[in-house]
Amino acid sequence: MREKTVYTLGLIGSLILLYNLFTVFMVLPDEAMQGAIYRILFIHVPAAFAAWILYTVALVGSVMFLVKKDFAYDSMATSCIEVATMFTLVNLVTGSIWGRVMWGIWWAWDVRLTSQLICFLLYLGYLLLRPAVNEPTQRATMSAILSIFAFVDIPIVFMAIRWHDARTQHPAPVLETGGLAPEFKGPFWLGVLSFILISGAMVLVRLHQENTRREMDSVRREVHAL
Amino acid sequence: MNYGLSAAWSIAWKDLRTELRTKESLNAAVSFSLVVLVLFSFAFDLGREELRSIAGGLLWMVFLFASALIVNRGFSRELPNDCLDVLVASPVPGWSIFLGKAIAGFVLIMMVELISLPVFGIFYNIHWDGAFWMIVFVAAIATWGIAVVGSVFSAVTVNVRLRELMLPVILYPILIPLLLGAMQLTGALLNRESIFGDNNAWLRLLIAFDLIYTSLALFLIDFILVV
Repeated sequence: MREKTVYTLGLIGSLILLYNLFTVFMVLPDEAMQGAIYRILFIHVPAAFAAWILYTVALVGSVMFLVKKDFAYDSMATSCIEVATMFTLVNLVTGSIWGRVMWGIWWAWDVRLTSQLICFLLYLGYLLLRPAVNEPTQRATMSAILSIFAFVDIPIVFMAIRWHDARTQHPAPVLETGGLAPEFKGPFWLGVLSFILISGAMVLVRLHQENTRREMDSVRREVHAL
Repeated sequence: MNYGLSAAWSIAWKDLRTELRTKESLNAAVSFSLVVLVLFSFAFDLGREELRSIAGGLLWMVFLFASALIVNRGFSRELPNDCLDVLVASPVPGWSIFLGKAIAGFVLIMMVELISLPVFGIFYNIHWDGAFWMIVFVAAIATWGIAVVGSVFSAVTVNVRLRELMLPVILYPILIPLLLGAMQLTGALLNRESIFGDNNAWLRLLIAFDLIYTSLALFLIDFILVV
């Protein structure tokens, strides 16, 4: 059942992604101001959306672990954060490539770039901390605490650097400003959908690995105890 | 509540006395901050105007590095002879233990800052013009934030392999908003600006950071200490 879900999610997500890539590269015209590079939008923004959704799920998982002490929630949180951190990296790298073409620089210290980078660093710290703790309960609790602290920090960072440098170079969010031409909207949302499905499949795979690892761990402990 | 507060005070006082007798992390942190101050003076060959624009940043980098050394010891000091287990098993509530550790950390970091601030003034020819005590005031607000978050993660990483490495990796990114505010305010003070007018937002950021993380830490500390 679980494997079927993974395959179905992954397959549907990949098919939509392929179809969408075809549309984006072969059907859609170049954008008037940006030329061909605007196509990175269809990877860049969905990656961020997928990451943010997963970070939120991870926060819920972390709080639930602290409340219920059920390791399933810990596995959920860590799987989500792992996949989300990868998608954050995709978002940062694609954004950086776009910036090199459009602005002539790889990086600018403005609001969105900086807060996203710090988000990446915080969750990277989370992923580094986990293997350094041996005892499972301890590892899960610490991860949960760190995940909660990290999640609180990001809005603060965002606010803080907004005062520091209000002249943001990052384009205004396309959805709020209505800057997205009607023919781009379909591929944009398809892109978001495909990323969410694929990230869901990845989380499920990681979740399974985490659960198996925990089972093996407990068996090993039992054998040691005997 | 009163019992918890007096217990917190006892723990803070115990930590401070232990530290003032051995001076192990205090000596290390003070000498470390002096070394970094000297190194910065080689790294950046600064004119007066340039110095003004980056002095706030320089100073807070030094404070940040030094405070990581202090908070790192906060909970790991209790590891020998299983003191931490006894402390947790004692009838003192978890938040008191944490508060005591945070207060002790705060006092120790402030001591390091009060020593390195005049040295910074001497090495970099700073004319304080009455800004000194305002900088200490800003430092106190920011240092409380560092002590609180630092103590939480000192507790989190106390049993972790490579603790000395893991703590900064986690701590520094979380402290970024606090450092931004502290650097801005210190820079403003060194430029003879007020911290209340245009810079009010930064002050509010520091206070909000302190409040949010202090309450979050007091709320979550029981989960950290029982494991």
